[in-house]
Amino acid sequence: MSGPSTYVPKSGLARWFESRLPLLGLIHSSFIVFPNPRNLNYWWTFGGILAFMLVAQIATGVVLVMHYTPETTLAFSSVEHIMRDVNYGWLLRYAHANGASMFFIAVYIHMFRGLYYGSYKAPREVLWILGVIIYLLMMATGFMGYVLPWGQMSFWGATVITSLFSAIPFVGDSITTWLWGGYAVDNPTLNRFFSLHYLLPFMIAGVVVLHIWALHVPGSNNPAGIEKQTEKDTLPFHPYFTVKDGFALVCFLIFYSWFVFYVPNYLGHADNYIEANPLQTPAHIVPEWYYLPFYAILRSIPSKLGGVVAMFGAIAIFAFLPWLDTSKVKSAAYRPVYRFFFWVFVACALLLGYIGAQPPEGGYVLAGRLLTAYYFIHFLVILPLIGLFETPRTLPASISDAVLGSHLSPGAVAAQVSRKG
Amino acid sequence: MATATIGEPTRRDFLFLTTGAVGAVAVGSAVWPLINQMNPDASTLAAATTEIDVGNIAEGQIVTIKWRGKPVFVRHRTKKEIEDARAVPLSELRDPATDQSRAEKPEWLVVIGICTHLGCVPIGHEGPYEGWFCPCHGSVYDTSGRIRQGPAPYNLALPPYKFAGDTKITIG
Repeated sequence: MSGPSTYVPKSGLARWFESRLPLLGLIHSSFIVFPNPRNLNYWWTFGGILAFMLVAQIATGVVLVMHYTPETTLAFSSVEHIMRDVNYGWLLRYAHANGASMFFIAVYIHMFRGLYYGSYKAPREVLWILGVIIYLLMMATGFMGYVLPWGQMSFWGATVITSLFSAIPFVGDSITTWLWGGYAVDNPTLNRFFSLHYLLPFMIAGVVVLHIWALHVPGSNNPAGIEKQTEKDTLPFHPYFTVKDGFALVCFLIFYSWFVFYVPNYLGHADNYIEANPLQTPAHIVPEWYYLPFYAILRSIPSKLGGVVAMFGAIAIFAFLPWLDTSKVKSAAYRPVYRFFFWVFVACALLLGYIGAQPPEGGYVLAGRLLTAYYFIHFLVILPLIGLFETPRTLPASISDAVLGSHLSPGAVAAQVSRKG
Repeated sequence: MATATIGEPTRRDFLFLTTGAVGAVAVGSAVWPLINQMNPDASTLAAATTEIDVGNIAEGQIVTIKWRGKPVFVRHRTKKEIEDARAVPLSELRDPATDQSRAEKPEWLVVIGICTHLGCVPIGHEGPYEGWFCPCHGSVYDTSGRIRQGPAPYNLALPPYKFAGDTKITIG
């Protein structure tokens, strides 16, 4: 994207097209010759995996819509019709439902890679914020998608989450009524969630385009956290990273397939196989696993409005990360103090997830509050302070030095050869 | 060290080829369900056969039932209707077919009630042959459901059917 393309197509037809719309050149420069740091590890394959999962969810989703009916008396049975009557309907439904979980597993790994290696730091702040936007859109999409089968969890999860908006002072009730299209979650709510659930993935696709564009300005970060300096630091995207991403994708698909074919309901909730009953709430309402940490935070604050603010704040705080972390060193590989607190944060997030799945009783309540407090302390206190007081390890001179070791880097090898010469 | 001559397949070539072949099979088997889901599903296929009790249909009466979403005329033909149908020479017919080939038991004619011109449902006991008359563009069918006048190119289509006992017909 920087400067005119140097790509010259081979065939006459391709040259004719290229001079009118330089699409082939764009693909060539972005995904074939694009220089990537040669020291990338497998944590960098999840971006490609996420792009695949977006396409997979859209494909399975579009075909599911050919058989689904978004009406309260018909929705649940239309999903059963898909499972029982539609050719491969069971496969499409399980692929889409488990695909959502896989999408979130991949996005959490992708985000935590960013947290560990400082991928959110300058000059990648906008890239990071676009990622936060994608994450928010994913959460909205997943929430609305879960409502569509109109099971008990669909209905009551929708009721709980839409009721959150009534916490807003003055306008809360009006906003909630507006969201519902009525006085409770009912047919109007289901219909509009269906429309938006179809829409949002295409908005995600648009933001993903911006996300990749923003990435391609500086290029990828890398495990050493130092920017590329010479050509020797990089390798062309194709074939090195196309094959690496392809292999990682295959491994991921094996993991995904394990769920789809052997334990397709493991990540779901049995109560969602009961048709929605507005007059009876299940004993324990839980959202899908990927919302559990934020659900725990919501329930930890005794005030209704406070809980809502804390929950949304816990997501929004990611957008401020480039400025909260004051360290100039990117990669945790060279930041021993930060590395320790990173893993503590991972444990905190996992434990919050566990708490979110438990009933809000007994010891779980105190644990939830302590973990919620620590979550915000990590971002607002620990990160800024570490950057100011930590002594990072010595950074390597260049990416090729980090990969090959300074006595083996191309410059050093050439010097050795000429000495022996 | 001997170098491989051009044309000798290398280990890399083998790996590329097998990976490509396996990849193509994988993509094909992933894509197939996405396409096949649009084919008729089990509930549609179950509605593919319809049973009808013809014991209550009087002589001369035409009953219209729904089969696979389409109208089907079940006509209990009178002796005169059968004779008229069988007396027609094949040379007079646009779409030649004997009445015997169209009605297994001569008193029962079962045809799909869609005009072969542009798809309207013809009206029974109408037209110069007392068969069917299509009001949309004036096609005329005889008591065997064969096209006699008007723009339709073919006779009224025959659905697959069989008799299950004397008074029941299974269509489809």
